[in-house]
Amino acid sequence: MADKNLVLKLKQKAKELRKEIIEIIYNAQSGHPGGSLSEIDFLAALYYHKMKINPKKPDWSERDKFVLSKGHASPGLYAVLADKGYFPKSELKNFRKIGSMLQGHPELNTPGIEFAGGSLGQGISFSIGLALAGKIDRKSSKVYVMIGDGETQEGVVWEASMAAGFYKLDNLVAILDKNQVQETGMTKDVMDIDPVADKWKAFNWHVIDINGHDMEQILNALDEADKIKGKPVMIISRTIKGKGVSFMELNHKFHGKAPNEEEYRKAIGEIENIDIIKFK
Amino acid sequence: MEIQKIATRDAYGEALVELGKRNKNVVVLDADLSDSTRSEKFQKEFPDRFFSMGIAEQNMIGTAAGLSVSGKIPYASTFAIFSERAIELVRNIISRNKLNVKIAGSHAGISTGEDGKSAQAIEDISLYRSLPYITVIQPCDAVETKKAVFALEKYNGPSYMRLLRNALPVIHDENYTFEIGKGELLRKGKDIAIFATGALVHESLKACELLEKEGITPYLANIHTIKPLDRKLVLELAKKTDCVITAEDHNIIGGLGSAVAELLAEEYPCRMKRIGLNDQYAESGKPSELYEKYGLSSCSIAKEAKSMLKNKK
Repeated sequence: MADKNLVLKLKQKAKELRKEIIEIIYNAQSGHPGGSLSEIDFLAALYYHKMKINPKKPDWSERDKFVLSKGHASPGLYAVLADKGYFPKSELKNFRKIGSMLQGHPELNTPGIEFAGGSLGQGISFSIGLALAGKIDRKSSKVYVMIGDGETQEGVVWEASMAAGFYKLDNLVAILDKNQVQETGMTKDVMDIDPVADKWKAFNWHVIDINGHDMEQILNALDEADKIKGKPVMIISRTIKGKGVSFMELNHKFHGKAPNEEEYRKAIGEIENIDIIKFK
Repeated sequence: MEIQKIATRDAYGEALVELGKRNKNVVVLDADLSDSTRSEKFQKEFPDRFFSMGIAEQNMIGTAAGLSVSGKIPYASTFAIFSERAIELVRNIISRNKLNVKIAGSHAGISTGEDGKSAQAIEDISLYRSLPYITVIQPCDAVETKKAVFALEKYNGPSYMRLLRNALPVIHDENYTFEIGKGELLRKGKDIAIFATGALVHESLKACELLEKEGITPYLANIHTIKPLDRKLVLELAKKTDCVITAEDHNIIGGLGSAVAELLAEEYPCRMKRIGLNDQYAESGKPSELYEKYGLSSCSIAKEAKSMLKNKK
């Protein structure tokens, strides 16, 4: 079972990161809050606990790698990378602005970025290459890749899924940020992906199904993933798009829209009032 | 002496094996066409560094990209036409990040023959050429193919190599120096300049012989690298002749003809004719019959040259 102090520490971190996400997007008046808020608890668990990384040496050859396939949720990842010291926090003010290292969707020349996302379905395919290379070089490091539920509608996701099962990539852990909402509405209405766990199982993945805002469940899932041999692991992380800001929750209008001043103040206030003990 | 004939795809497979022996970082991927692209030769020698990706070109390209950022040198092959299915991944992962992935598209052009329209890629050069940073190469014989594969090993960046199904005369020997981006002058003349690539280099050589019999002496350049284009050579021959023909087994839109036309329009406008598919698909048939019917044969090239020279005077 996950250590209680660790859980609390990570929950507190996720709360701070939520606030940073809103700051980044409000400042840019552009960006994707919904998917950034849904993924952030998982990112906190990975970057502040699970992954073997060295922000001072982003290219360290033995590191674990995190691929954000759903590249539009870059504010969440940028908030984490800045806080970890991959680049100065002052860069966050330049998000989406001309000349900035923090492009709307991540680019490889930004320290800590492992994949240039933005076109959906491609990160998981790219991660197969990373994992195969890890196997050739007999590395012990892992590749974590996060995909969205709307993204799962892309055909290449299933090509990749088939290949990962075929090559028994047990150094690959995929996380499905199942936040239920995509650009034009609820995923179940746009193009339902369920029963999604059965699909990944059928493609020879070990599937773990959790509440992706429950830090204890996230940590347990990541530990379970370490024990699986001969199969890639899919963690279906059931989340709420916009989690932590009431008027953004499950609201597709906040897939790719920045808050105005009033919404910004309200969002920050709500996040500051999150009770991390009860939060899940 | 009989001239040896070898398909460029056969030379590709052999070159991969040679590369694999001397460079452990070379890996090869294929999308269930390794018997046709000849990458199976590499598969037999180095099964641990060969990845069968199934009939899934998009995932092959994404996977090749991931291998590339991990320090491997991936050669990803399939038919030219099916590589196009992954063109947006090529754009968004490989080209956008300047990744060191070598894409090889075989069975390009209408010389693929009997399989018909579905397999005859006539737009691949155009697609790859329009993506930033991608080097586009089409070798014209087996020796040139091997040299190109080896040159690409040393070249750190994305590339597309266009390969052909059918055996072609080997016009180079092992002493041939291949340099990416540098065209090869095959014939010196004075009246007209022909720039050809791939199989059309051979048709153009025959066209030169026909023309020479009639007292017309053409320059002929083998443009194996369509991008970056050898600007110096194209401009030099255009200025010497004021009369330019391009010849390729590809749509006249977007390929070698367009590359040459773009350069000449800006730097040295002169008379020009693009020989290729006239913005249409071909059909099933023998390659030689198709070349005749669609105007890519040596006779068609010679005829175009004569008609241009007639009007020039």
